[in-house]
Amino acid sequence: MIDIVVQDSVLVATLVREPVNEIGTPMLEALEGLVQRIEGEIERTAVAPSRRLAAVVITSGVKRGFCAGADLRELHHQNRAAKERGETLEARTAQVSTFLDRIHGVMNALDGCQVPVIAAVHGVVFGGGFELALAADLIIADKTARFAFPELRLGLVPGFGGIPRLKRDLGNAVVRDLLLTGRSLGAERAHQVGLVSQVVAEGQSLAVALRTAQQVRRFPSYTVGLAKRFIKPDLSAELAQERALFLQLWQLPPVEAALARFDADTSAMPYLPAVVEAT
Amino acid sequence: MIQDIQTRLIAVAAKRFKRDPSALKPSDDFYEALDIDSMEALSLLTTLESELGVEVPDYEVQDCRTFAELAEVIARRLG
Repeated sequence: MIDIVVQDSVLVATLVREPVNEIGTPMLEALEGLVQRIEGEIERTAVAPSRRLAAVVITSGVKRGFCAGADLRELHHQNRAAKERGETLEARTAQVSTFLDRIHGVMNALDGCQVPVIAAVHGVVFGGGFELALAADLIIADKTARFAFPELRLGLVPGFGGIPRLKRDLGNAVVRDLLLTGRSLGAERAHQVGLVSQVVAEGQSLAVALRTAQQVRRFPSYTVGLAKRFIKPDLSAELAQERALFLQLWQLPPVEAALARFDADTSAMPYLPAVVEAT
Repeated sequence: MIQDIQTRLIAVAAKRFKRDPSALKPSDDFYEALDIDSMEALSLLTTLESELGVEVPDYEVQDCRTFAELAEVIARRLG
């Protein structure tokens, strides 16, 4: 699910789950494992400074892109099965809430990680995948990359911390355009608005991310860690608000219907779910 | 102007998906003519934005099926 290699003080995590690294329970568990591994490497740095971890690079080994976000089919199937077992809406919402707690744990750990985290992205960077990239300190995108929050099409808002992190990083015009229209941004436009640090040729995002990580490695870890903390304000209050809003919307009937439509869509790859009907 | 855009659009699409541009017509359904799915269509949009120097929100093209329809949207954006 996630291949992890540590070389030259850089941990490279490659997400490998077809079709586009959807974040369901298996990927969540793999991401939690990644966080544990990073924390272990950092702890080891304290004992053996010569083998210090200087940076983390997260990338995708899947052709179609970095990550298409939450595994909506798993979400739908779990909800339907729980409903068939007679579980109440409250109980089903609690399950979603538990998933959110865990994915927030991953995102917060990456966001607050002592060493810089670099997302090397290409192709689809949607929904939860976009939120994963936003938890990184630098996004290096190849020119095929495309960013979007399609959640509104399901009657939802992003729930993995994407709104506070987007607001932290970008101006209101872009934030509102992305969130309220569900549109996507190409890599070059994303670079222009300050979302992406570097746009590189197709297939080059990982190579450039590794060179960037080696540049970061030249500086004292302690100073880099403090600088990172200084430029990243505490988002905990807004993250909690977003999470509550997501769970509030999750309980509305149109969301369940929209997920069912997405699940029933047998087209090759419905990159965006159908728009939820206005109520 | 619209014909120029159609021609450039077809050339870009043919290059992106390694097709013979002379075999593609403006009235063709680009999903079928290029044998691409919706995610590859998204990749085509990204390439078009880059090659033609235009920004096209995907909601403006989500109902387009033919090269000609796509060219119309791009022409409107270019003004």
